[in-house]
Amino acid sequence: MKNTVFEYAPAPESRAIVDIAPSYGLFIDGEFADASDGKVFKTVSPSSEEVLSEVAQASTEDVDRAVRAARRAFEAWSALPGSERAKYLFRIARIIQERSRELAVLESLDNGKPIRESRDADLPLVAAHFFYYAGWADKLPYAGFGSNPRPLGVAGQVIPWNFPLLMLAWKIAPALAAGNTVVLKPAETTPLSALFFADICRQAGLPKGVVNIITGDGSTGAALVGHEGIDKVAFTGSTEVGKAIARTVAGTDKKVTLELGGKAANIVFDDAPIDQAVEGIVNGIFFNQGHVCCAGSRLLVQESVADEVLESLKRRMSTLRVGDPLDKNTDIGAINSAEQLARIRELADAGEAEGAERWAPSCELPDSGFWFRPTVFTGVTQAHRIAREEVFGPVLSVLTFRTPAEAVEKANNTPYGLSAGIWTEKGSRILWMADQLRAGIVWANTFNKFDPASPFGGYKESGYGREGGRHGLEAYLASNPKASEK
Amino acid sequence: MPTTVPAFGNEAADRLASMADVTASDAALRRFLHGLPGVDAVGLQARAATLGTRSIKTTAKANAIDLAISMIDLTTLEGADTPGKVRALCAKGVNPDPTDRSVPKVAAICVYPDMVATAKEALGDSGVNVASVATAFPAGRAALPVKLADTRDAVEAGADEIDMVIDRGAFLCGRYLEVFEEIKAVKEACRRADGTAAHLKVIFETGELQTYDNVRRASWLAMLAGGDFIKTSTGKVAVNATPPVTLLMLEAVRDFRDAVGVQVGVKPAGGIRTTKDAIKYLVMVNETLGDEWLTADWFRFGASSLLNDLLMQRHKLSTGRYSGPDYVTVD
Repeated sequence: MKNTVFEYAPAPESRAIVDIAPSYGLFIDGEFADASDGKVFKTVSPSSEEVLSEVAQASTEDVDRAVRAARRAFEAWSALPGSERAKYLFRIARIIQERSRELAVLESLDNGKPIRESRDADLPLVAAHFFYYAGWADKLPYAGFGSNPRPLGVAGQVIPWNFPLLMLAWKIAPALAAGNTVVLKPAETTPLSALFFADICRQAGLPKGVVNIITGDGSTGAALVGHEGIDKVAFTGSTEVGKAIARTVAGTDKKVTLELGGKAANIVFDDAPIDQAVEGIVNGIFFNQGHVCCAGSRLLVQESVADEVLESLKRRMSTLRVGDPLDKNTDIGAINSAEQLARIRELADAGEAEGAERWAPSCELPDSGFWFRPTVFTGVTQAHRIAREEVFGPVLSVLTFRTPAEAVEKANNTPYGLSAGIWTEKGSRILWMADQLRAGIVWANTFNKFDPASPFGGYKESGYGREGGRHGLEAYLASNPKASEK
Repeated sequence: MPTTVPAFGNEAADRLASMADVTASDAALRRFLHGLPGVDAVGLQARAATLGTRSIKTTAKANAIDLAISMIDLTTLEGADTPGKVRALCAKGVNPDPTDRSVPKVAAICVYPDMVATAKEALGDSGVNVASVATAFPAGRAALPVKLADTRDAVEAGADEIDMVIDRGAFLCGRYLEVFEEIKAVKEACRRADGTAAHLKVIFETGELQTYDNVRRASWLAMLAGGDFIKTSTGKVAVNATPPVTLLMLEAVRDFRDAVGVQVGVKPAGGIRTTKDAIKYLVMVNETLGDEWLTADWFRFGASSLLNDLLMQRHKLSTGRYSGPDYVTVD
């Protein structure tokens, strides 16, 4: 398919709407302050490698200060009537909506994701999460966790770089609604939107110490998770770090939820709505450059339609527009970091070396920044590394199956179990499959659909606990009041 | 032998003959149409909506506006149509903006059969075609001989293109072969004495077919029967062209070309009134079919008020200010 008659002119979203300061401190007890030892690190725009700002690297001492601030704030915050806490959350949600263009541009700059996604997916979901949990704040006795559920105390939260502000919302909104206070550490490569959120907390008049944002690398996260003063650990990120966290908190009374990696199967039957299935495959693996824990990174397609589906998929992939994240017509932005790019390259090369056939559409990539073409591997078997390990990038592995039972067997044959997709026009098969698949989220004839009312979480090495929905409150509530009386 | 031939060419018949087995009987045709991949409504609508978010600015917008103008079937289908009104519309179609000769002419003027001669005379050798609705438009509730006479009448009066309606009643009853044979008969009626033929557009009235699965089946049915264009709507019912329905039909012509080697055009009609809407449709064509369909030979807009909005936007792009409805002609 040629596209020379109607070429799209550049349509860049203006950067002028966001004002990034040259440096940011830690947000502790309602104030921004430098790190105790004065250490800083730089955050860059992955699409240009331009330094966006310098951010404080929190030391153990800073972590301690943040946890103490959260502890001090806990008493008053948890004593507030739920309806009062709800007011703050509603206010935050509204401010996020009002500032959504600014935050979307910021997120695209710091993360590298296309503005179309930060504008149409991330930001609306962020606001929706705060609205949703604001609604729960005064209804906790009816959430199904006893007649007088109590908050846990101080939550230490560590979030990843793939959806910086959205993961913050998933963590902070239910925690505050339930009456907890939080210390949150954003990812090292994407600290800015969390720091802007700190400003939103101030704008909303949130009592100081209720939300504390500390920036830093893995050592900061480890210090937070290991701190004695926290009652709850919530982590989203890699399985490797998740396991380390589980070891750290073992033997303590800290409550833990882990949302880790995935290697989801997107299963296409021969009676699927093919055009929409192809859209779902593209959305499943190329949304957010494939930096999605629930990405549909394994396509399981029934052999009888495999050729047809692959041909359509390749045709569709060649229309994907890769480039400047701030261009409103960009479909695929930059890989978040040089480190992640190296990881994706290593696994893709391994795929080729192990005998899978690699295909990517020809598209020009920018000269600076971190980029990887949307790529599909065919002839992949269960034994290949690209079929087993999480790539966390725009790389799809295609496997085939013959019968529904084989599809289930292959889909479940992974240490992960976060999500899965089923494409078929047959309703009874959807129900049967959903019953068989060991995955926390099963999408039918769609993929990567998120809603704050819907619980999200994994089986096996994909973690435990649920975020979102009524279930998401459980992670921040104790039905036994004693747990909060320490 | 070329891999793809146009539906209106003589070679298309051979290609269609290769599909004769699926149209051999009512049962065979039903099995074939019901064996086409289903359509997931939510997914289709989501894809159309996403394509609608493309941001078309500056040079791309200017290009798209001219492209859209050149694809318009400028339409008047009113009981109150008069020769004077039709002549005015023809003048507008040939020269949409009297103050700016760089504006392209439209593709065709679309009228009722009794106005074809008037339109033909008014358009002369301008290069703008005359399209005529026929077959008891818009309801199509007449006997086949009446529909065929209606068609022949329009062709004899000089129509270059015939926009027929399918028998939705027969389609919804599942009498697919009847619909198929009727389209074939109308196609035959489009032939002129000199061996050439008026191009045939087949209108489904998708607002009455209701489901997306029906639209896909109707698309294949019409293409198998030899339709040169498939068209969404008459503009006479509550729901006319929508982006999802049009996207689905674009996918159908793409799949049909891949399977049969015959290229068919698409015409959304009714309810497309703004430049913004028109550009969304062009984006869908561009990203579903690409260059090969981005000409007036393969994509049309059935519209009346759209042209003036395109002209006003064109004016705004070139002058930097919005001129308003008093600066375009009202016809």
